[in-house]
Amino acid sequence: MVEKSVDVLVIGAGAAGLGAAIGAAREGVNEVVIVERDERSGGILNQCIHNGFGLHYFREELSGPEYAERVKKIVHQYPNINVKVEQYVHQIDYRRKEVVVASTEGITVYKPKSLVVATGARERPMGGILVPGTRPAGVFTAGVAQRFVNLENRLPGKRAIIVGSGDIGLIMARRLTLEGVEVVAVVERMPYPGGLERNIRQCLKDFNIPLYLSHTVVGIYGKERLEEVVIAQLDENYKPIPGTEKKFKVDTLVLSVGLIPQSTLFKDFLKIDPWTKGIVTSSSGRSSLNWIFAAGNCTVIYDLVDWVTEEGSVAGKFAAMYVKSNWEPAKFFIEKGQNVGILFPAWYEEGTNLNLYLRVKKPIPEGTIRVKQRNNLIYSKKHLNMLPSEMLSIKIPESKIGSGDITVEVLE
Amino acid sequence: MRTEEMVCIMCPLGCHLTVREENGEITVTGNRCPRGVEYGRQELTEPLRILTSSVLVEHGELPLVSVKTNKPIPRKLIMQVMEILKNTRIEAPVRVGDVIINNILNTGADIIATRNVERIDVA
Repeated sequence: MVEKSVDVLVIGAGAAGLGAAIGAAREGVNEVVIVERDERSGGILNQCIHNGFGLHYFREELSGPEYAERVKKIVHQYPNINVKVEQYVHQIDYRRKEVVVASTEGITVYKPKSLVVATGARERPMGGILVPGTRPAGVFTAGVAQRFVNLENRLPGKRAIIVGSGDIGLIMARRLTLEGVEVVAVVERMPYPGGLERNIRQCLKDFNIPLYLSHTVVGIYGKERLEEVVIAQLDENYKPIPGTEKKFKVDTLVLSVGLIPQSTLFKDFLKIDPWTKGIVTSSSGRSSLNWIFAAGNCTVIYDLVDWVTEEGSVAGKFAAMYVKSNWEPAKFFIEKGQNVGILFPAWYEEGTNLNLYLRVKKPIPEGTIRVKQRNNLIYSKKHLNMLPSEMLSIKIPESKIGSGDITVEVLE
Repeated sequence: MRTEEMVCIMCPLGCHLTVREENGEITVTGNRCPRGVEYGRQELTEPLRILTSSVLVEHGELPLVSVKTNKPIPRKLIMQVMEILKNTRIEAPVRVGDVIINNILNTGADIIATRNVERIDVA
């Protein structure tokens, strides 16, 4: 066992963790160590070979691997950032401020002055949607299917149905089609798609793949390999309507029903949102413990990787400020007003800019996003075509914010 | 006169565009940036797409290298390009930006690598 003191320790070398290391190194600390479980840095970007990344952060449209390479290039400019791969975080002793990491080198006990959690998200599994029938082979989460096709050169099957119209599901519908798999349908239980509209266009309509809204899977059948999937239409209470069943002969079911922040390692000592499972943080990225920061999909599920890297940099910067001066300003609650479903972050810390991220509760064709602090209106802007599936981002500079609790609402 | 409603795919914001064609003149409304005008015009006449896929690599740390067209290509050629990519093999190492196929199907677009793949020599 080796003990190692370090200024900032980052868990995870994906888009958020790399951003955090950059933010911390820029702020000027002695050593930043990133520990990564996978055999390479870059996280999920490595298998997201499609386009659409980087327009905000790099002002250029990039594929996932290209985005990762760009961020890594910035990381390499800082000699004080040490990226370590194939490292498994075994345990965190929050009282002693120790992080126990296992790797082929043995056990290392890191003693960081501050910690940035950037553990990303997991896919919601099959158990999460309670489908009757047998449990044959041929059922994959979209990320697993994506890893097979894009990294391992394997196809999951020949004829596929996709459950869930989140972006990963839509992108996999196109990817499988391009590789010669027949995608017979994308099934979505909500009356509107879960993914971005651009992906409905370029992943489904371009390839004539039918999208069944307000439908769900009611049966999965097959002895060893998946043979048949039955879907049915849902009524307004999300109950299947008898007589609306449709049968599809498929050998593959790809499940894209959402992401869950990976926060279980921290659940005993950090405040976790019981509903989203995200680590609750403030506008500086600080968690409920003053020396632990968190950023990226382990806090809230983002639409854009650019925002993940940006929030990673914010968390890294303030983690470094905490190392240098025990920086810990006053904080105020940020509360949900009407029509706000997801709201991030949970607290505002004085002296920071406020980057708000929100999702509306229901589709709002025309509305106004308003941010109030006590009785002062500090932000108000009209917005068209707001959908629960599309995250909204608002930046309010520090100069416009005073002290007091903040409310965010969307007026119709 | 022809009017089409469409969602701009130039970036993840997804603006709702109304594209009108009258006497050969195309006007676009609903866009939040100039790329939307360009997209609306093109989509009405000849839809273009960036194609992303992968190509087999010999002696690489990974069996595949991810690739893309460095410019949008006509949507109708996508499956033809896929057929060519399926029959392409390259040797590691590969660097981001390496041209793998020049001027694919005379579209003026090159197929370029979008990741680094290091060489592994098996003894």
